[in-house]
Amino acid sequence: MLNYIWFGMMAIGLIAGVITGNIDAVTQAAIDMAKTAVEIAIGLIGIMALWLGIMKIAEESGLIRLIARGLRPVTIRLFPDVPPDHPAIGSIILNMAANILGLGNAATPLGLKAMEELQELNPKKDTATNAMCTFLAINTSSVQLILPATVVGLMGVASNQIFITTIIATSLSTVAGIVAVKTMEKWKRYREVS
Amino acid sequence: MLETIITAINTAAKFIIPGLLVLIPLYGLFVKKIKVYEVFVEGAKDGFTIAVRIIPYLVAILVAIGMFRASGALDLLLKFMAPVLNAIGFPPENVPLALMRPLSGSGSLGLLTDLVNTYGADSLIAKIGATMFGSTETTFYVLAVYFGSVGVTKSRHALPAGLIADAVGIFSAVYICKLLLG
Repeated sequence: MLNYIWFGMMAIGLIAGVITGNIDAVTQAAIDMAKTAVEIAIGLIGIMALWLGIMKIAEESGLIRLIARGLRPVTIRLFPDVPPDHPAIGSIILNMAANILGLGNAATPLGLKAMEELQELNPKKDTATNAMCTFLAINTSSVQLILPATVVGLMGVASNQIFITTIIATSLSTVAGIVAVKTMEKWKRYREVS
Repeated sequence: MLETIITAINTAAKFIIPGLLVLIPLYGLFVKKIKVYEVFVEGAKDGFTIAVRIIPYLVAILVAIGMFRASGALDLLLKFMAPVLNAIGFPPENVPLALMRPLSGSGSLGLLTDLVNTYGADSLIAKIGATMFGSTETTFYVLAVYFGSVGVTKSRHALPAGLIADAVGIFSAVYICKLLLG
């Protein structure tokens, strides 16, 4: 699916660019974004190092195991294929916690660490496991309790109203994501090849 | 009452990051007696490899998104969609943001800023936009980075599931705001 969407976006970009006369802008965007991609990755190095360092302390001191144990009833149902004591569960929980608290900077390193640990359990390294898909569905549905600072800055006093509507909308999208991922993992075309 | 709680939560949120940066080493150093400095450095080393590993995936996805965005395809799409949108009560002003949100965080923030500047923070359109922004994620970016970091290329049902979650978030944002704030 990603293959078609990836190609489709570029092809539509080219065709629409010809129609609207924006073809120069399309060219420029392709070059600029290639540069931006590297800048994002390089900018991530420091933040990644900071959070992975702190995570290592939390891991060695047993804090992560402690948190993972507390949330076991939930994680066992969401990630039945991952052993409940596996470090991946701890990282997944911390990533979700960071997302809920609106700590985007902390969420990415924790999420990438969770992916690395899930990959250790993956028998087929180029193919996503059920656990990975579930984790990403929850992640991309954006569980959020605290509004991003940027939104608060933009909306000012109206943020208070947005707070409630966002919580309702994001809860619905998270439930939809979980239901969708759990339903689709049983479909023939998406079935785990093992 | 509610406002006080919300302000309190948002104020408390400011202390979370510095708090964690101090409390976690504190626990390790004094309760578990581990060498926090050495352990930190050991963990931090992985930051470089992971960040570098995601570069090719980021380039692929961001270039495609950039070309799509710059081409004006969104505006063309919008023209075709107008009659359908009116029929379901979806404000056309919010459509570019809804389509942009799964693609680009900075792009959708730009569109939200534009909505607030054009219609004012107190308008229903801005409120719907802000709710959309907060209740969905940049699915394509997250998938590319997360799967890219471990070298997974066959993403199975992760993308359709993520897009379903986005769609539900976007439609919920519209109808919940209309219901509660309209």
